[in-house]
Amino acid sequence: MEIVFLAFILMLSIFLGFELINKVPATLHTPLMSGSNAISGITLVGALTSAGAEHTVLATVLGTIAVAMATINVIGGYMVTDRMLAMFKKG
Amino acid sequence: MGIELLVNLSYVAAAVLFIFGLKMLGSPATARKGNLVSAVGMFIAVVITLLDQSIIDYKWIAVGIVAGGVVGAVIARSVAMTSMPEMVAMFNGFGGIASLLVGWAALYGFEANAFEMITIALSILIGGVTFTGSMIAYGKLSEKMPGRPLVFAGQRVFNILLILAIIASTVMFVLNPEQHLYLYLVVGLSALLGIMLVIPIGGADMPVVISLLNSYSGLAACAAGFAINNIILIVAGALVGASGIILTQIMCKAMNRSLSNVLFSGFTKVAAGG
Repeated sequence: MEIVFLAFILMLSIFLGFELINKVPATLHTPLMSGSNAISGITLVGALTSAGAEHTVLATVLGTIAVAMATINVIGGYMVTDRMLAMFKKG
Repeated sequence: MGIELLVNLSYVAAAVLFIFGLKMLGSPATARKGNLVSAVGMFIAVVITLLDQSIIDYKWIAVGIVAGGVVGAVIARSVAMTSMPEMVAMFNGFGGIASLLVGWAALYGFEANAFEMITIALSILIGGVTFTGSMIAYGKLSEKMPGRPLVFAGQRVFNILLILAIIASTVMFVLNPEQHLYLYLVVGLSALLGIMLVIPIGGADMPVVISLLNSYSGLAACAAGFAINNIILIVAGALVGASGIILTQIMCKAMNRSLSNVLFSGFTKVAAGG
């Protein structure tokens, strides 16, 4: 049952993702790519539990590296997107 | 139970903010606000996850967040405006390897059933391709490596053999989770595939490739979400995966290129020498 439930969520999210993006002006292509890239840093949430659950030493090491990498993705991604869009407004 | 409900309800709120954020990013008047809305969603998701009962020790989480936060902020502030696309590629690669590591770490938390093993394998596979592919894209755009298509005799055969080897080692890995040899094979071969997919593509097509790799990193996060049973990873990952594909198509059209033309240059154009 759990898998069916998750599969439904997955399907609806995919359709929503398809529908969200349409007729984006060319100037916004890179910021949009960068902004959605920051969202894919959500894997940070998974990394947090890996790093903090104390399963094995290896899992903690992998989790900690994952937290650092995903945080770079999230913080860097949002900040870079904001910088791009700030420029865009002035121009 | 109470905390678990709170965590999951907050994930719903975060998903709503991601959806509105993505929508707003698509139009010039609201784009900057949209990015902020999506960042608030991320903040909520991360902070609320810290309440998760499976987290016992916060020491290493703090180390990872501080290190990643400082590096990310310094890179984001110091990069020149003209180098933005390659920065996106680099950040995307870090997200990809994070998903790979989350999938790998999931091997040790619990006894994974066959379905979970498949999703673990997928997050490692897609995460690995995203990581090395993004790094090559970064190298080509920043001119740290030649931007021209890199092709060699027998590339097509090599790539086909590589894909067959990946399928075989993935199957063996899923069937023998305790055999780490297959795990290392999946990690190594997927990293190699990421390189092979991007080197035959010319520097001018890199923005399209980065957009596609961005979609992959969403899919990697989504697979990792299935591996560790986390719904916000599944939802946000699928949103990025799907919207990334659409954006890639839009970008291709704007450049008057076809997606398959860009993607399979390493498989078809070898005879013509790129």
